Amino acid sequence: MSAWETNPVLTIEHLTMRFGGLVAIDDLSFNVGRGDITALIGPNGAGKTTVFNCVTGFYKPTEGRVVMNRTNGEHYLLERMADFQISAKAKVARTFQNIRLFGGMTLLENLMVAQHNPLMLASGYSLAGIFGLSTFRKAERQAVEKARYWLEKTALIDRADAPAADLPYGDQRRLEIARAMCSGPELLCLDEPAAGLNPKESGELNTLLQYIRKEHGTSILLIEHDMSVVMEISDHVVVLDYGEKISDGTAAEVKDDPKVIAAYLGVPDEEVDAVEEEVGI
Amino acid sequence: MSAKSENLFMVSLKDAAAGGAIALALFGVLIGMKAEVASGLGGQLGIEYRWAAVAIAVAIVFGGRLLLNLFVWKTDKPVTATAKGFLPSAKPLAKLGKYAMPVFLVLAVVLPFLLMSAYGSRGSRQYLDLAILVTTYVMLGWGLNIVVGLAGLLDLGYVAFYAVGAYSYALLAQYFGFSFWLCLPLAGILAAFWGIILGFPVLRLRGDYLAIVTLAFGEIIRVVLLNWYDFTGGPDGISGIPRPSFFGIEFERGPGGFADTFGLEYNSIHRIIFLYYLILIMALATNFVTMRLRKLPVGRAWEALREDEIACRSLGINTTHTKLTAFALGAMFGGFAGSFFATRQGFISPESFTFIESAVILAIVVLGGLGSQIGVVIAAVVMIGGFEFFRGLEEYRMLVFGLLMVVIMVWKPRGLISTRMPSITLSGKKAKGISADLVQEGHG
Repeated sequence: MSAWETNPVLTIEHLTMRFGGLVAIDDLSFNVGRGDITALIGPNGAGKTTVFNCVTGFYKPTEGRVVMNRTNGEHYLLERMADFQISAKAKVARTFQNIRLFGGMTLLENLMVAQHNPLMLASGYSLAGIFGLSTFRKAERQAVEKARYWLEKTALIDRADAPAADLPYGDQRRLEIARAMCSGPELLCLDEPAAGLNPKESGELNTLLQYIRKEHGTSILLIEHDMSVVMEISDHVVVLDYGEKISDGTAAEVKDDPKVIAAYLGVPDEEVDAVEEEVGI
Repeated sequence: MSAKSENLFMVSLKDAAAGGAIALALFGVLIGMKAEVASGLGGQLGIEYRWAAVAIAVAIVFGGRLLLNLFVWKTDKPVTATAKGFLPSAKPLAKLGKYAMPVFLVLAVVLPFLLMSAYGSRGSRQYLDLAILVTTYVMLGWGLNIVVGLAGLLDLGYVAFYAVGAYSYALLAQYFGFSFWLCLPLAGILAAFWGIILGFPVLRLRGDYLAIVTLAFGEIIRVVLLNWYDFTGGPDGISGIPRPSFFGIEFERGPGGFADTFGLEYNSIHRIIFLYYLILIMALATNFVTMRLRKLPVGRAWEALREDEIACRSLGINTTHTKLTAFALGAMFGGFAGSFFATRQGFISPESFTFIESAVILAIVVLGGLGSQIGVVIAAVVMIGGFEFFRGLEEYRMLVFGLLMVVIMVWKPRGLISTRMPSITLSGKKAKGISADLVQEGHG
């Protein structure tokens, strides 16, 4: 039995999202296993990012249920929670397809913003902070250390005090992952983390993701087009097409699924002819 | 080379001649002929010819175009390129900020004594009044800087909180006889409360829409103050607002007064100096709190909100609370400044809280550089100080200040001091400022 069946961290049940008459996701159900790297793939417009937006609270699903099962045994119904609470309480962090960094702030500041909630608590909602109490200063030092750790892991430590907008594209992608990790997530949702990376960079990304999973026990759900990333690191692959799940299994199983091949590459001409004959065109 | 310059001159001359011809055709009719009811002809309509004025206008166009062609437009080495070298570049100005801070501070502290020794107690009064006015605007600018500069929420109705603060003090003093020192915190709290009231409906608005709603809010407050005659006195305003005491000791002649208590000779300037130090301390407190908050999680959340609201929410930041704290804190400092304004003037009416005040405060923040504390000081000194100083120039000063604002916005579109200093550094050293073109402006 695989982790996504026995011990899911995220359970999506009958998720449907309609925009007016357009059905972006139609009755989608799948699980994300705890400690797994799960890839969500599918052709353009299949509804992958919409699933992400439903999970992270940026969209409210029309129907269905999204349950986050935290390690401490708490369950959260994500479809009912405000977006910022999903990150703060349910510990689901995400990155964006078009990178959303705080460009005018330094790398360190970006990572400090990600630790807003614990720091806010430590600063006594700013009151203790204004008077510079030692409890806050200690919490701040710890936050800086955590930021330093992630900057080292993403090889960005040399530019810690440079503005984020000055970074090259690949570094910005890594910084976004580091920022998401600084919020201490149990499920990390990455929207096309390898988009625009060269082969060397996407190799490094694989190493980073596997490190995150292994050392921090963070489950990862990622949307990806780069098959080298998907096939190499995912334990579980879910394939979407036109808002419906067409395949679900290990990378090897999905790769040979005729439905997946049809969705990506189309079907041979003979089959089209056969169907056309059947319906009498 | 000479052939080329010959050529340049001919081309320029031709171009200027064409410009002159067009000017002649236009101005010949526009300026040259003026329909007039000639008084000598018994009210008949006649045409007055003014060919001399036409000649001058055409000469300006011809000459101006010729010069521009020769030295800027058609030449290989335009003078504007050379002139750029003479304009101060951005870098020294940012450095200036470092030294300007202590210099400004010392100057501000010793200013009353400098003025007293230079002009005497009678002559220095007008300058002290001006200094109080400038400092009030510095404080307002710093308050608004939290909302516009840090949190990036464009607020066109900031004067409403100034009004709430002023009326809070005036009304509490009038109806309950509360003293200034009791009313000051109350005015701040009430203004912050109104800041939150304004904050709620505008949480979902961004950019232009936010600006319009805040503008409307400012007007609503003013119109209510104007029309609620029984309570606020309407257009008559409120007069006889109590003056502040020196922690209980009044500034008055005779025994028990300030001068008597401290063994000084009575002089009305004492109160002015006291008011000056009062607003200076209030403004510096505003600055201190703002600078402190910038380095705290809430300040970083404000700046992150200005940079990207969606990313903020994905990191678990409650953007509602963050926006409301920015509105409330900015409003609170506006309220403090308002109650100071009321006690200084002794009389307030809704006329002091028109939209133009909001516009001036916003102009100070934008010209000084969004988010820059020292920039606000420079802009307030130049705008308010300069504006009052050149009263002798009468209406020309409007023209000059309009021009000045245009020049600053062309030369430095992000304000005078536009580099952003990081709130924390890993190395512990003072980090380099972040260039303004990387920093987002407020979009709501």
